Order: sequence, then C-alpha cells, then structure tokens
Amino acid sequence: MLTRLANPARFMRMSGAALPFLTITTVGVLGVGLYLALFVAPPDYQQGESVRIMFIHVPAAIMAEGVYYVIALASFVALVWRHPLADVAAQAAAPLGAAFTLVCLATGSLWGRPMWGTWWVWDARLTSVLVLFFLYLGYIALVNAFDDPGRGARAGAVLALVGVVDLPIIKFSVDWWNTLHQPTSILRAGGPTIDKSMLVPLLIMALGFALLFSTLLLVRMRTALNERKARALRLAAPPRRRGTEIPPAPPDATPALR
Amino acid sequence: MGAYFGLFRRELLLAVRQGGEIGLALGFFVLAVVLFPLGVGPEAEMLRRIGAGVVWVAALLAAVLSLDRLFAVDHADGTLDLLALSAMPLEGVVIAKCAAHWVTTGLPLTVISPFLAELVDMDTAAIPVLALSLLIGTPALSLLGAIAAALTLGARRPGVLSSLVVLPLYLPVLIFGAGAVEAGIAGGGARPHLLLLGALTLAALPLAPLATAAALRQALD
Repeated sequence: MLTRLANPARFMRMSGAALPFLTITTVGVLGVGLYLALFVAPPDYQQGESVRIMFIHVPAAIMAEGVYYVIALASFVALVWRHPLADVAAQAAAPLGAAFTLVCLATGSLWGRPMWGTWWVWDARLTSVLVLFFLYLGYIALVNAFDDPGRGARAGAVLALVGVVDLPIIKFSVDWWNTLHQPTSILRAGGPTIDKSMLVPLLIMALGFALLFSTLLLVRMRTALNERKARALRLAAPPRRRGTEIPPAPPDATPALR
Repeated sequence: MGAYFGLFRRELLLAVRQGGEIGLALGFFVLAVVLFPLGVGPEAEMLRRIGAGVVWVAALLAAVLSLDRLFAVDHADGTLDLLALSAMPLEGVVIAKCAAHWVTTGLPLTVISPFLAELVDMDTAAIPVLALSLLIGTPALSLLGAIAAALTLGARRPGVLSSLVVLPLYLPVLIFGAGAVEAGIAGGGARPHLLLLGALTLAALPLAPLATAAALRQALD
C-alpha cells in the first residue's frame, strides 16, 4: 500500500477519485454532528447553553494532538524509507494541526470566560496546548527557512521526531507545575462521566473533525504536488526570450511525476 | 578517545582565545537578572518571590544566545565536513562539542549564580540549591540546544529560528530547575525536583547527540 502510493501520479489519480466522496462524507457528518450538538443535545444543568462550546473544543483538542503524531509518523517514514509522499504529507498536515490547536485555544478561552471567569489561566492543560502550538510554529518556520526545500523537509522531519519524544516530557512537567483543568472525562477507567445525550454528538463531531482533517490533508497534498509539477515544468522549459511566446513544455518534461 | 579530548581541547581553546565568547554569555546573564529589579521595582519582597524564576529564565536565555557558535563557524569554514569524514562517529563529535559548550557557558553561569542570587535577595538556604540545580540542568540546555543549532544550519535567520525551535524543548528544564529553587526557598523538598532535573539531563545525554548527528548529516548532505 505504502509503496504503491509512492508514485505521485498514482497518488494523484487515487486521491482525485476519493476526494469527492470524502468531501461529501465530511460535510454530512459535520452537519449531523453540529445539528445534534447545537439543537438536540440538552443544556448542561450547571453550565447551561455554553456547554455547547465543548462540541468544537474537545474535537479540536483531540485533533491538535493527533495531527502532531501524524506529522511525526510521516516524518519517520520519510527519514527511514525516503518515501517521496511522506514529506509532502507532513508539511501539508502542519498548518492544519496548528489551526486545530488555535481553534482549541480560542474556544477554550471563550469557554473559560463564563465558566472560570477569566480568558486565560496558567493551568497545566492550557499551557501544554500552548506549547504544542509553539512546536507547530517552530516546525513550520523551520521547514520554510531554507532555500533548498529538500533540506527544510529533512530538518523538519528530525524536529518532528524530537518533538514527539519531548511532548510527553513537556506534558508531565507542566502537570507537575500546575493543575486546575478538569480531569479527562471520556477515556477513563470505569466508563465516561459524560451523559450519553452529550457523548454521542461529541463522538460524531470528533469523527467529523477527523474526516475534515483527512479531506483538507488530501487537498493540500495535491496542491503541493501540483506546485512541484508546475515548478518542474517551468525549469524544464527552454529559457524564454523577450517577445516570444512561452513554448509548450515537451511531453517528457515532468521528471518529478514520471 | 584521544581524538575526543583533542576536539574538546580545541573547542575550549577557540572559546578562550577568540575572546568574548564566555564573557558574552556571562554578561548577558548578569544583565538580564539586573533588568528585572529595574522593571518590577526594587522591593525585596517582590524580588524574593520571583528571584528563582528570574535567574533560571536568564540562564536559559543566555544558553540560547550562545547556541549559534556550536556549529555555525565550523560549518562555514568546512571544519564540520572534515569532522564528519573523520573516523569519529558524528555522535561523539557532538558530545565533545556539547561538553566544551557547557564548560564555556553552563559552568560559568553556575559559578556566578550565587552572586546573582544575592542581587534578587534570595534566601541564603536556597542558594546552594540554585547552584546545584544549574549544575545539573545546564548540561541539558547545551545538549538540547545542539539539536536546534544543527537543525538551523544554513537556514535564513538561524538565530531567531533556533530560539523558536529550542524554547519549547527547554520548558521541562526550566520548570524543574526553578521548581527546585522554589522548593528550597519554601524549606526542603528540593530533592524530587533535582532528581527529575537529573533524569532530564541523563535522558538528553544519549538521545540529543543522536538527533543532533542526524540533523548534521542532513545539513552536510
């Protein structure tokens, strides 16, 4: 599977075929999830209507962390097997992960204002999400800091692996430092502490966010590959003289995709 | 083994003879600590409260400031290529260079930290804890910093970039380091912090050179 997809042209064909279905599923699941979350799920007996922020906040938090592991996995594949699409996947995923992290921070802040009476507290979980956001920013900045895109990709891959080793240590240290956030209420021994009427919409929203990530990741990867192809075509074309038309690229001028 | 000591000696000699390298880190460290009372006011109460964090943050920033000299010069003049071609494994080269970096930054910072502790009116009982925490923690700063320095070789604006990359990695060291001093001020109980700090350094000792060497190989490709 991994080796078959290593051919970018084949990847373009398969992802192009999968994308419409994926898009429709994403829109459908997110639509159902949002309807359930905003209209069907009951308001919380303590928090009232503001509990609905949870249906965006928690899936975003799951994705914020999950995407980092996706990047680390893709970086590992890129470094070990030199898989040509793994670098593309890691780089395409990074801004998405950063966006999920930002959504998580922003909704958390909006939720914290009515619940805790403050936009921001230096609580352990908030802090580790903020650090995660900086890890994303560092990765994105590093990948784009080189004139040679290949060097940026390899440096980014090493950093992603360093980050994934360090992430649990950072979390542990921040936990040690301070804790105020409520403990985990979904995945824990003894079953979830959250009622089924809220759990179901939450899980659907989480699935919707995962689908949204997959769709956007495919779109971004396809864009990156197309950009690479366009660059290769431009470089392969003979130098242009002033006043002449751009000659059509010769049919064998796409070394990257053959 | 002799080759590593040779490299270590060379790094120390370069740091001493090129002048200013050690002084720069120390000067920055002192200045950063001195700026805090000017910023937050001279009340001893306040300074005593934030002193531990201030000294540790200043040490962290001084370490970041000195990172670029780890590999950048050797990369620019080709020494790094020769070291990579030599019989020494690149990981060993990294350890030797990190050791020299620590002796020229972390160790001097540790030595002058008691004087800075007086500037922020730290409790006398906590001063040995501060020096001990810096002694245990600063090797981790050099080792983790080496990763960032190697990753940003040849980048545009490597200085800014390496600080963005390295500061999240420094976070646990800062927390346990400053935590140890806080616990020392509160009276005893600094031991678990110091042990965790030691664990960080010991974990970084084998892992960081691996990552740094991987990053250097990418840079020298």
